[in-house]
Amino acid sequence: MNAAIVINFAYIISALAFIIGLKMLGSPASARKGNLISAVAMLLAIAVTLFDKQIISFEWIVGSMLLGTVIGVLAARLVAMTSMPEMVALFNGFGGAASLLVGWAALYDGVTTPFIASTIVLSILIGGVTLSGSMIAWAKLSEKMPGRAITFTGQAVVNGLIVITLVLNAVWFVQVPEAESIHLYAVIAIALVFGIMLVIPIGGADMPVVISLLNSYSGLAACAAGFVLNNNLLIVSGALVGASGIILTNIMCRAMNRSLANVLFSGFKAVKKSTT
Amino acid sequence: MSPEQIVYLTFILMLAIFLGFELIAKVPATLHTPLMSGSNAISGITLVGALVSAGAEHSAMATWLGAAAVTLATINVVGGYLVTDRMLAMFKKKATGGKA
Repeated sequence: MNAAIVINFAYIISALAFIIGLKMLGSPASARKGNLISAVAMLLAIAVTLFDKQIISFEWIVGSMLLGTVIGVLAARLVAMTSMPEMVALFNGFGGAASLLVGWAALYDGVTTPFIASTIVLSILIGGVTLSGSMIAWAKLSEKMPGRAITFTGQAVVNGLIVITLVLNAVWFVQVPEAESIHLYAVIAIALVFGIMLVIPIGGADMPVVISLLNSYSGLAACAAGFVLNNNLLIVSGALVGASGIILTNIMCRAMNRSLANVLFSGFKAVKKSTT
Repeated sequence: MSPEQIVYLTFILMLAIFLGFELIAKVPATLHTPLMSGSNAISGITLVGALVSAGAEHSAMATWLGAAAVTLATINVVGGYLVTDRMLAMFKKKATGGKA
């Protein structure tokens, strides 16, 4: 009881520091300091979470955090300045994947109400789309695959079918939310395919906008995971990233004199133009 | 989760979304990428959830999933903040270089 209060109080301070950090990131003079403040907030959040009484073994936590830190430091240090955007896309994909896994792991807690099951599906769905979408964005920017818009006839129909099967499987899963449900695996697989389908029709110069949008999604995935785990800090920070990500995406589109819809669907328009 | 809790959490969600909208109003174009990268690092907050999954020992599978989530989220957090800092450091140097 006491530990829970201390943890939640620290979470309030973390949330506050995230907000101040984001605000400071928005102006050139204070940007670097803002990033530092937000990093300290993250450190505080992680440190106090380790006192959660649900956590009874630390071997996996220590091992995974060490591994993640080493990879993160190496990746951030070794990457060339020119390939920063694709690095951000890659990190973002990992964040989405983490939210997917957190939602999935929560199924093993036992008791699952329909509300929790829906939020689990949401965190898996958004996390999956973020993961595969970011991987495609990374591959395009690093020229592992052609950077141009990839479109084919009937793409809209295929996407429609994907959305329908996704919704059906999600609904089935919420009816009987079990960890080994076939519908759960279907949702994971289809979400990954959907993420790919969303990003392939978008071409080279528009990639930064897509990464910004995917960044917003990874925030929403964290937010959904927050509902799954009943964690205020995840909800607040996830929503902050989700909302500010959408606004930033919009600002970036406006800077290019285009609308978000135009960026997302311009690939399809090119197909229409070439067929007419 | 009780209905009261759901209402309370949704209330928090709504306020946080509006705050997010308001925070990013006028951002100079040069800061778009660092801001994106910096907020991307914040979305690694899902690490906090992953820690509980990895340490709670609900089942072997949950521990595995949690441990993988901790690794991925840590890469997101650590890499995200470091990359952002590198970008902003370059930004600063460029600015002073321009003055001199």
